[in-house]
Amino acid sequence: MPILHNHPQLNKHGELQHLLTIEGLKKSHIDHILDTASSFVGISDREVKKVPLMRGKSVFNLFFENSTRTRTTFEIASKRLSADVINLNIQASSTTKGESLLDTIDNLAAMHADMFVVRHAQSGAPYMIAQHLNRTRSDVHVVNAGDGRHAHPTQGLLDMYTIRHYKKDFTNLRVAIVGDILHSRVARSDIHALTTLGVPEVRAIGPHTLLPGGLEQMGVRTFTNMDEGLRDVDVIIMLRLQNERMSGALLPSAQEYFKSYGLTPERLALAKPDAIVMHPGPMNRGVEIDSAVADGAQAVILPQVTFGIAVRMAVMSILAGTHA
Amino acid sequence: MPTTEPFDAEALYRELLGQVRAGLQGIPDAAIVGIHSGGAWLAERLAHDLDLTHRFGSIDVSFYRDDYARKGLHPDVKPTHIRFPVDGATVVLVDDVLQTGRTTRAAINVLFDYGRPACIRLAALADRGGRELPVAADYVGTRVTLEPHQSLCLQRDDAGQLSLSIED
Repeated sequence: MPILHNHPQLNKHGELQHLLTIEGLKKSHIDHILDTASSFVGISDREVKKVPLMRGKSVFNLFFENSTRTRTTFEIASKRLSADVINLNIQASSTTKGESLLDTIDNLAAMHADMFVVRHAQSGAPYMIAQHLNRTRSDVHVVNAGDGRHAHPTQGLLDMYTIRHYKKDFTNLRVAIVGDILHSRVARSDIHALTTLGVPEVRAIGPHTLLPGGLEQMGVRTFTNMDEGLRDVDVIIMLRLQNERMSGALLPSAQEYFKSYGLTPERLALAKPDAIVMHPGPMNRGVEIDSAVADGAQAVILPQVTFGIAVRMAVMSILAGTHA
Repeated sequence: MPTTEPFDAEALYRELLGQVRAGLQGIPDAAIVGIHSGGAWLAERLAHDLDLTHRFGSIDVSFYRDDYARKGLHPDVKPTHIRFPVDGATVVLVDDVLQTGRTTRAAINVLFDYGRPACIRLAALADRGGRELPVAADYVGTRVTLEPHQSLCLQRDDAGQLSLSIED
């Protein structure tokens, strides 16, 4: 089944059965998720912050790599959908005793899991799990919560939700993604989503060492000079500078980096006056972003977190209702 | 009397309005809530005609449906808007066509997640029978008998005029 092999996240009707990557999704898939999320946003303001959609379903959070925000928002989203959530502390569990990843999955599936939310340091791990389940337990769904440098689709979707919330229309926007594009799964997911939604100009700004090859083929304009790259943009997506990159000779120092690529009020002034500033968190203040910007009127970093819950509720409720 | 003739939806609306107006006499905390999409159109008109626009809401029951496990999430979910305090209110729940009662059940559950109403009443433009749950309407525009394969469809044109038709 070559089609299934190429698109393990879609069923034979082209519906989302797993969410592994934004690459290859149609605009209609993304629109459906964002529209559904907008109906979930209001639920957090109600007396009862839950809907019964996933009552009786079990969601397993499998975080092979550390995360606080993403895991917490997936947990909240699951609970607001009335699912039971099981958080597995993978570092302290069987995989460290030598059990293979797929054996772990088989065991959890035998405990009647309905959905796995997977974060893994290895690119492609959620794919492998989804393909395995497509063969063995096609009623179980997988959500990629970040795999290696590859993809972080729910972050990409919540970024799109945030942009749509503030800018309404994607087809007249200039969007700049700033920082460590090379190692960023968020950047990759954002670029695929932005181009699919019809954003005419996506820019990537960063030092040569952190700009991967092939961006131009994805329709992205690259800039090594931040001032040039920020000129007249509507949206600025800052990326976290992973401290571990400092040691690898890719960057001189945090101070040097901030001088060239830190988002300061002066640099922000080069963008359009109503530009919004986004960041997937966690932020390194004084490394990639100045506190005056992070806490300023144009920052929408905390709304991103709130929208992230609604977007994850939308993804999980759409997947859980899709059959193989 | 059972009928399968084309309907005068505007006349049915006026009938429904009269019943709701009479039913809400002397009730201080009345509110009108419609079920998407036809019920919401009706509720919007009722709220306007009863001077209750500040106590109008609309409900999408997609997150509360009992066929989600079988059919999945509805592809076109609309936000639910209830901006008045539900606690202690007398809520008239409005739907265009009442049949099994399952949508009503779901809508009641939605309302309770916003608060504890004093009372919920049900208004339907058309009641076609076929109940699968113990649900009854308090206000009904008309009762109709249809073949199982037929459906009743409420439409609203650009001028806000309602029409109700039978679709095979």
